[in-house]
This record gives sequence, structure tokens and C-alpha cells, in this order.
Amino acid sequence: MDLKEKLLSSFMAFENQVDLDHPIHEMRSEALKNFETKGFPHRKMEAWKYTSLAGLQQVDFSIFPKEDNNLEYREVKPYFLHEIDTYKIVFVDGVYSSYLSETTHDGVDICLMSAALSKPMYRPIIDVYFNKVASREDSLTSLNTAFTKEGAYIYIPKNKAPRKPVEILHFSTGNEAALMVQPRNLIIVEENAELQVIERHQSLTSNEVLTNCVTEIFAAKNAIVDYYKVQNDMPGASLIDNTYIDQKDNSQVSVHTFSFGGKLTRNNLNFYQDGEHINSILKGVTILGEKQHVDHHTLVHHQQPNCESHQDYKGIYGSRSTGVFNGKIIVDKIAQKTNAFQQNNNLLISDQAEVNTKPQLEIFADDVRCSHGCTIGQLDEEAQFYLRSRGIPEKEASALLMYAFANNVLESVRIQEVKARINKLIAKKLGVNIGFNL
Amino acid sequence: MLKIKNLHAGIENKKILKGINLEIKPGEVHAIMGPNGSGKSTLASVITGKEDFEVTRGQILFDGTDLDDMAPEERAHLGIFLSFQYPVEIPGVTVTNFMKTAINETRKAQGLEEMPANQMLKLIREKAELLEIDRKFLSRSLNEGFSGGEKKRNEIFQMAMLQPKLAILDETDSGLDIDALRVVANGVNRLKNEQNAFLVITHYQRLLDYIVPDVVHVMHDGKIVKSGDKELALELEEKGYDWIKQEAVL
Ligand SMILES: Nc1ncnc2c1ncn2[C@@H]1O[C@H](COP(=O)(O)OP(=O)(O)OP(=O)(O)O)[C@@H](O)[C@H]1O
Ligand SMILES: [Mg+2]
Repeated sequence: MDLKEKLLSSFMAFENQVDLDHPIHEMRSEALKNFETKGFPHRKMEAWKYTSLAGLQQVDFSIFPKEDNNLEYREVKPYFLHEIDTYKIVFVDGVYSSYLSETTHDGVDICLMSAALSKPMYRPIIDVYFNKVASREDSLTSLNTAFTKEGAYIYIPKNKAPRKPVEILHFSTGNEAALMVQPRNLIIVEENAELQVIERHQSLTSNEVLTNCVTEIFAAKNAIVDYYKVQNDMPGASLIDNTYIDQKDNSQVSVHTFSFGGKLTRNNLNFYQDGEHINSILKGVTILGEKQHVDHHTLVHHQQPNCESHQDYKGIYGSRSTGVFNGKIIVDKIAQKTNAFQQNNNLLISDQAEVNTKPQLEIFADDVRCSHGCTIGQLDEEAQFYLRSRGIPEKEASALLMYAFANNVLESVRIQEVKARINKLIAKKLGVNIGFNL
Repeated sequence: MLKIKNLHAGIENKKILKGINLEIKPGEVHAIMGPNGSGKSTLASVITGKEDFEVTRGQILFDGTDLDDMAPEERAHLGIFLSFQYPVEIPGVTVTNFMKTAINETRKAQGLEEMPANQMLKLIREKAELLEIDRKFLSRSLNEGFSGGEKKRNEIFQMAMLQPKLAILDETDSGLDIDALRVVANGVNRLKNEQNAFLVITHYQRLLDYIVPDVVHVMHDGKIVKSGDKELALELEEKGYDWIKQEAVL
């Protein structure tokens, strides 16, 4: 039985675990139909030309993990941003761990999707927001919608900002030989409110894990949201991340994606600008080795005038790794005075590494400023010699140059400890031990 | 300190250095002059270990060690320094971080602990002052957008930080205005002592008024065709290279 059949046949069992009378259940059923019709995307589709899910579909994933996979804090401490105080929403094999979490209802709601779905007081918000920005066409998003049960739920009311950042962590214990999880996150940041989120998927063994995650973010007028995705997973872990962001007037949302690990990662990052004077920021640093694969598909849809978007993705590909950057910008006819900037720069540090980069601009307004550029290059030998002639060994010299190449993406990270952590991960990924400036 | 014996080197099939002999002792300053394309920068690159060039014959000894097969960083760790004719721009790495990394990597190679941060800061401040470098400069990306003169001054700042045994200055004077030339030369003279040595590549006698050489060499077509005392530089300034070239042919 391949994965699609297995998922379809598991749905009845899944229905036993959820409230069938909740209005979202109708969405689940519809979504399942969409997935059933379309199935997994395949390489004949333009958007999936360079990323194959064929291998994953042959793996015998468990769909329902055992519920009692507990972890001790000390086992997973390094994956937390433990240098600072944070709210924590933690899942172990897809199941909420109250023991590792720190949630709140004190003026803001930082809690669980399952709680938000089961308690009537959340019903009005669920009705307004759930599945409203996520695609109903995309088959993998539909698959996630069909199996919606658990994830993070964050609601920041008007004029509020939580006292500290929120960490969303998903651990896989490896107790299952192969596990598929489908977290569903809903994040609403009301007028004038603020939020910072750090999200990480972390497998603790080399066992196979497939995560198909959907996150919906709603940023109301004047809201500010900073979202950091740390993707540094084990070699058996694959991630399909679908993030949908709806922005209203004067809001600012930034998403930083740090892709250093995992086997296969697909990031579908979609921004919809539904208002004026919006700023959308998309940044990425990708550093890959071995046979790792990361595919960044971004979409910024400018639907109203006077908005901005800034995209800057840097990639460093070694060994036999492969990367994709596909950046789509749509500027609607009424979206005059749009300022859309897109940059994708890549370094290939091995002959066998490969990167495919493609800007896709669909501009229907005439008074816009759109700039885009992509480069693929190698490390500058003259620069390497210059550094080495000052006593910096070859490996460290290369690392310093690579770090310098990716550095400006980190400048916009607003949590110092996140920046420090990313710097450490970069140094580790580059296999050096030099004190990068933070 | 430095002993070069019958050095032949080139790139691909092009012969550039065609039998260089040169000996530099501690405490000495040597100058190399010579027409464009005669191989001066190539000699500097070969001494510092640039891998593009292939040594086909001869030897370079530094304090008795054969440098053959040694990586550029290993040569730097022995105390060899090159002030580049064309310093490379490195966006994203600040001057300060670059120097910290260079010094600590060198110390690591020598089996020493990292330099404590406050000591590092003090050293940086002291050497920046010596070369009259503005503090703001040190937090800028290495050489990026620096003027020609600023790049050269920054090279000498790096030299002052690293305190090499042998410093090769490849046309450090070109691009410097009169005041900057004085500052840089003064910096060099302050660093000069009985244990270290300088090899100064230049086209102009002017620099040698400040940094007085013990020996002046003239290079032509990959060979040192004439050596003399500092008067030779004056003579070259006056007469040009033609007479040397002719002598070399004879
Ligand atoms: N990377 C290279 N590839 C090919 N030829 C080279 C290379 N580097 C140097 N050469 C050649 O070697 C010769 C010597 O060059 P070099 O730069 O050493 O001269 P120079 O004496 O320093 O000249 P200048 O006074 O103009 O600085 C020149 O003919 C130059 O074109
Ligand atoms: Mg030269």
C-alpha cells in the first residue's frame, strides 16, 4: 500500500478521534476529497520539477503515533532557545507535551489547536480564520487540512504583545521506525499587536520522519510579526512546510528560514497583501551538504497599492546537495506604487552540487518598482589567498567567506539569542570553530 | 632569514621567474625595482605560497626551512607577510573580525591560547593610532569601498598587528598621498628592528627616502640583473631602466 492509499484508508480511524459536529469537519472532508483527486504532487508539475516525493511515498509511515512518547527536558534542552525565557508549545511525535510546554491565557492565548477546536469560546475565531488563507487547491495543504487535529494556536488581541517570544517545537523520538506528522498552526495577531515566533522540527534519531505542516498567519492593521524557522534536522527527516500569511494595512511580517539540515525540505511560503502600506520580508540562509535537498517556493501577491516586499535568499551548496529557489511575485493591476525586491545568491562549493533558481514575475500594474537578481558562483580564490596569507587556514578562510556571503541575511534578525544560535549552527555546519561576530 | 636559490617559477606554460637569487638577513631592508611585468609581484606571491604559480626549479628557505609545499597560512605562521599590491575586497568581514581571526588562528598554530579580548582591543587601538586610522574604519567590511590609499594603509595596519619576521611590501607607496606615505613609512620604521626584515617593491625612489634600504635590486624579465646600495635607486630614477636592460642583454 502506498502512502496515499494508507492516508485515505486511515481517515475513518482519524474521524473517531475528532469532533465530527465541529463546523471545520466539513472542511476536513472536502479537503480529503481534493487530496484524493489530486494525490501527491509529482515532477511533471512545473512547481515540483526539481523535488521528488516519489521515494517518500514508498516508506511505510505510521500515521498515528503512540501517545506516550515522553521526553525528559535534559534530552532536548539544546534545541530550546534556553538562553532566554520563552513561551513553549511542544509536541512529541505529533502529540502535545504539557510537561515540556509553557503556554498562557494571560491577556493573550498561546496554546493548542486541539484546545481551540474543542472549547466553544474559540469558535467565533475559528469560524473567521481557520482555513481562510490556506490554499484549498494545493493537495498537500488539503491533506493537512483533512487531518487537522493538533498544532499551535496563538491569538494576540488588539494592542497586545506577549512578554516573550514563542517557541513551537516538534520532536520526533524515533520510537516509530517511520512517522508522519501533520501539525496545523493558526496564528492571529490583531490590530497594533506584536508577536515573535521561533519554530523548529527536530528528530532525535536518524529514523524516517515526514512532516507536512500548515501554518496560517493573520496580521491585522499595524501588526508586527517576526517568524523564524530553524530547519536543522537529522538526515532521516523530511519536511513540507506550507505557510500562508494574510496581511492588512500597515502590517509588517518577516519570515526568516534557516535551512541547514534534513533530507528533503520543501518550503512553500505565501504572502497575501490585503491592504496598503504593507511590508513583507522573506529571508533565507540555506547551507547544505551530503545529499540534502531544499526547495524554496515563495509567493508574494501584491493586491493593493503602496506596499513593499523584500526577499533575500542566500544558499551555499556543498557535496551532492541540491537546492531550488523559485520566487513568484504577482502585482495586481490596482497595486500601483508597489516596491518588490527579490534577490537570490548561491555559492556552489562542490562540483556535484546543484542549484536551480528562477524568478517569476507577473506584473499587471504599470507604476511599480520591481527588482530581482540571482547569481550562482564559486568562492573567490583571490579572497581565499588573501585570508590564508594572513594565517587563516584554508578551511577557516572558506568558512569565513561563506559566512560573510550569508551574513547580511542575519542582520534583520531581531532576537539576539536567535542570531547567536544561528551563528553557532552556521559555524558547526561549516565545520569550523571560529568566533563569528554576532 | 630568507634565502632564495636559483628560483624558477611560472604559470601554466609561461615562465615568469627565471633564476632568482636573493638573501635577506635579519635587520635588513631590501628594495626591488624594475619595469612593469618583470616579475616582482610574482616573486612576492611565490614566497607567500600562492598556489597558482608553479615552482619549477630552485628553492626558498626561510630560517633554514624549505618552504616548498607549505600552504600560505603555514608560511604566515612562520612570520611571512605580504602587503598586497591589490588588496582584495571582502564584503561581510569587518577589519576587526578579520584581524581577530588572523591573530587567533596564528596563535593556535603556534600552540598558544587565544588572545584575551581586552588585550586584543588594546592592540588594535594602539596599532590603529600608530597608522592614524579612524576607529570607524575598523568596523567596516574589509577593503570594501576603501580608497586606494586607505587599502594600503590598512595593509600596513595588518602588518603592525601581526608583527611578521619578513614583510614584503608590494607597491605599498602607490596610491598614497604625501602625508599618508609619511604615516605609512613611519609605521614601518617604528616596527623595524634587528630581528625582522623588509622586502620593499616599488617604482619610486621617494619611498626609499623614508624607508632606507640596505640593498637595492633591479629585476628584469624574471631575473635580478643588478644589485647595489641605495644610490642605485637614485640612478634609476634619473636614467630609467633602458641602460639596465641593455646591460642585461650584454
Ligand atoms: N595569473 C597570471 N596569469 C598569467 N600571467 C601572469 C599571471 N600573473 C602574472 N602574470 C604575468 O607575469 C609577468 C610578471 O607579472 P608581475 O605581476 O609579477 O609583474 P610586476 O613586476 O609585479 O609588474 P608591475 O610593476 O606592473 O606590478 C607579467 O607578464 C604578467 O602578465
Ligand atoms: Mg606588481
